[in-house]
Amino acid sequence: MKQYDLVIIGGGPAGLAAAISAKKAGIDDILILERDGELGGILNQCIHNGFGLHTFKEELTGPEYASRFIAQVQELGIEYKLNTMVLELSHEKTVTAMNRTDGLFQLTPKAVILAMGCRERPRGALNIPGSRPAGIYTAGTAQRLVNMEGKLPGRKVVILGSGDIGLIMARRMTLEGAEVKVVAELMPYSGGLKRNIVQCLDDFGIPLKLSHTVVDIRGRDRVEGITLARVEQGKPVPGTEEFYECDTLLLSCGLIPENELSRGAQVTLNPVTNGPSVNEALETNIPGVFAAGNVLHVHDLVDYVSEEAAAAGVHAAAYIQSGNAPDTQSIPLHCQNGVRYSVPTAIRPGHLAPEDFVTVRFRVDNVYKNKRIAVYAGETKLLSKKRNVLAPGEMETIKLSAESILQVQDLTEITLKLEDA
Amino acid sequence: MKTVNLTCIGCPLGCQLTVQMDGSEIVSVTGNTCKTGDRYARKELTAPTRIVTTTVRVTGGTLAVVSVKTAADIPKGKIFACIKALQAVEVPAPISIGQVILPDVAGTGVAVVATKNIPVK
Amino acid sequence: MYDIIIIGAGVSGCAIARELSRRKGNFLVVEREEDVCCGTSKANSAIVHAGYDAPKNSLMAKLNVQGSRMMPELARELDFHYQNIGSLVVMMDESNRENLNRLYENGIANGVEGLRIVEHDELMTMEPHISKDAVAALYAPSAGIVCPFGLTYALAENAAKNGVSFQFDTEVTHVQPIDGGWALDTSKGTLTAKVVINAAGVHADELHNQVSQEPMTIVPRRGDYFLLDRSTEGHVKHTIFQLPDRFGKGVLVSPTVHGNTIVGPTAIDIEDKDCTATTQEGLDLVRKKSAVVIEDLPLRQTITSFAGLRAHDTRHRFTIEEVAPGFVDCAGIESPGLSCSPAIGVMAAQIAGDILNLEDDPTFDGTRKGILDPKTLSPEQRSQLIAENPAYGTVICRCETITEGEIIDAIRRTPGARSIDGVKRRTRAGMGRCQGGFCSPKVMEILARERNVPLDEITKSGAGSKLILGTNKDHV
Repeated sequence: MKQYDLVIIGGGPAGLAAAISAKKAGIDDILILERDGELGGILNQCIHNGFGLHTFKEELTGPEYASRFIAQVQELGIEYKLNTMVLELSHEKTVTAMNRTDGLFQLTPKAVILAMGCRERPRGALNIPGSRPAGIYTAGTAQRLVNMEGKLPGRKVVILGSGDIGLIMARRMTLEGAEVKVVAELMPYSGGLKRNIVQCLDDFGIPLKLSHTVVDIRGRDRVEGITLARVEQGKPVPGTEEFYECDTLLLSCGLIPENELSRGAQVTLNPVTNGPSVNEALETNIPGVFAAGNVLHVHDLVDYVSEEAAAAGVHAAAYIQSGNAPDTQSIPLHCQNGVRYSVPTAIRPGHLAPEDFVTVRFRVDNVYKNKRIAVYAGETKLLSKKRNVLAPGEMETIKLSAESILQVQDLTEITLKLEDA
Repeated sequence: MKTVNLTCIGCPLGCQLTVQMDGSEIVSVTGNTCKTGDRYARKELTAPTRIVTTTVRVTGGTLAVVSVKTAADIPKGKIFACIKALQAVEVPAPISIGQVILPDVAGTGVAVVATKNIPVK
Repeated sequence: MYDIIIIGAGVSGCAIARELSRRKGNFLVVEREEDVCCGTSKANSAIVHAGYDAPKNSLMAKLNVQGSRMMPELARELDFHYQNIGSLVVMMDESNRENLNRLYENGIANGVEGLRIVEHDELMTMEPHISKDAVAALYAPSAGIVCPFGLTYALAENAAKNGVSFQFDTEVTHVQPIDGGWALDTSKGTLTAKVVINAAGVHADELHNQVSQEPMTIVPRRGDYFLLDRSTEGHVKHTIFQLPDRFGKGVLVSPTVHGNTIVGPTAIDIEDKDCTATTQEGLDLVRKKSAVVIEDLPLRQTITSFAGLRAHDTRHRFTIEEVAPGFVDCAGIESPGLSCSPAIGVMAAQIAGDILNLEDDPTFDGTRKGILDPKTLSPEQRSQLIAENPAYGTVICRCETITEGEIIDAIRRTPGARSIDGVKRRTRAGMGRCQGGFCSPKVMEILARERNVPLDEITKSGAGSKLILGTNKDHV
């Protein structure tokens, strides 16, 4: 088996962008391993528009967005293997993979980029009581059936969870001839974009019930109905139950980074994101193993996935070209006051040039209005930025100037928090 | 005079807009915190438009359906007419991105184009 | 006319079928569901009890000890997953010592081997996650865990290999004596047999009461469970029960043969024999009770919760006997029925075989190979396998790493998988942490292709459990 300098696990938006940037940074022997039959990942089933406003300054559908990156990968002559499942990644960066033509094979690249994406939280993990008939799908599974197979998984639909996939599927199912009765959301706010609430629900008169959840599922063979109840302090309120006759329940209740391989390689995971903990180079605790995209933390826009993955590609290229960089001090980045997590979780000043900027992406834990995003190094304020509104559904990005970090004496920790404006 | 309530989609703030209308004439927009809200309300209440994305059937391809979109915005009121117009459409593979599936959908003057490449099976 | 018809393709029915197939005769198993292992056998604790619990001198006690002794050898012959991990019945309060001793003595009387009481310190080294308040436990080294689907499919496939027929989607509604045997009215017409064996699980009383003067009442006793992700493997090493105390019966926490952790069950008597819905109260109870014995049980790692029905005879006893001429009951098989099943098979087949004086069949082959698991092969063997059959190179279920080759094998067997659930229970495709989110559309395609039926006709679990209800824009 031919060996490669860089192996990228996953050929979705993150893997494609990482491969392109690593190639442009001078790495020639790159291999993308994709488990599906085509490149593009989940974008292939996201046929709605709204992708690419940041990257291409135009609105594209998922397959169109993917095709632009796939075309670049092909033009640059980057190799990829489809229908190829990575079975194991070792702590020493040995990749064990399998497909129909090569059988079981091993690769020992200099660097690896994790770009496996994420998966949906299934019914079991939500602990919804009731029966277990046919007709309970995650929104993504339904999306695949409708958008790629042309099949309707149901005709009378209730959706639990108002994340963007749930909202998008409400519109898709409606347009293809199903009746979407209601979208229920456990939280008092929707995790989806305003635009999707208006254009996917309001346009079709589909009600959105906030602070509601499914408390029972009825039906022996196929779903016959579900019961919603209002939720207060995380508990259903007795007496508020409402029965909806339906044949389908779609679940859009959150995404989880897919880190089985990372775990097997003993990559340290962040318990908040369920993705790897990385430093400013998007490098995990294993030198030469990088992560980007939804495997690292769940993004709101694919444009940011591409941007982050491109950065990972550049860092991986630098690692391959300069070998094992000397260990330097790693400064933890702590989140406080409403900041739920950040990527990265550590910054190595020794790896920064004064003209660099460190991109920090994060999410907040609630809806906040009129706040400032503030970053401190000890007592020194590195950044302060006014925001009119912050919501858990939106990923936030700030750029810290390396120069400001390097100027701080006796740096021991950096803190990211929200302050009153 | 009538009052219409809207949610602005311009940014995550999602301002609740209140629009005073005299017939089809917009008298005032309030509740917005920036110009985007005013612009959005005026467009949404006088000439709302949408891009429609959906699928049409494919024969002889690697997938049973191909994803399509209206090449430009169409009037919001034409969404279902657009879907209906595509109901019986069937396209043979291969199909390439941008390929015109229907030149003028539901009398909108807007074409429906493929958004995915579908090779022959 | 068949020699013998067995009603019900659960673990008891299939064990009986396999034992009968040692004899010459014309045997049929009829099942109202679309597959074997669709009732009580599919939703239980998946454990092999040692046999200390069943009442002294009872049939239950005898069959339990026999069954658990037979299980290791049977697992080798029929290639299903069984592990002898031992069990612990944990006492949380010294005042309950008398009950622990009584359980020990009952076990000795039942003939359970290797029983002993372990005190706190030893218990803590055996199970570091047990509550610090645990005082002592009854340790039963002969207890084990088994894959209940694997066991049932193995028995059914081996029975089929030795000539037993299976007929699915056939509900027996009425039984009546005819000249020289019995006529069974079913949803698919009438079937006749010289001898009938009633292994109809929660419905066995309905058939029994049609032929016997002595009434039987089977109450479906629901048990709610949590199944935790494989990442919880090792949290407990044995099957852990709580010694019943003044707060009632606890729940068990046990590893499964596939490395998950199972937690449950409740014991709630219900009326509807077809209702396996979980309830919030039931799940909350499991959550609460499991926390008494096991510390920091990672219930957040739940991948699914489910409920099963135990066929509880109100007299709490097994009925395995000829209750009318040529009509043999195998009824009231509640816990420890799974553990007893190998012995139940022998006993019921003996009774039925003796009625007809069946001869031994010298061609009987008591071995069966399970679905090949490529993970058990060396990398070289695995590449070789893929070269011979590329379907083993395509991973369909990402979470459990199940290949297309395994799924095709499951479908092509007799009796084979016909639905998503049939594939799932045979191969574990869809049984992982994403619960089929990624692989179910692909499994549907493979089923449609292999069975040569349209995609729209593939079901979750037979009958009305259709997965696809239309085509895009068919009703716009």
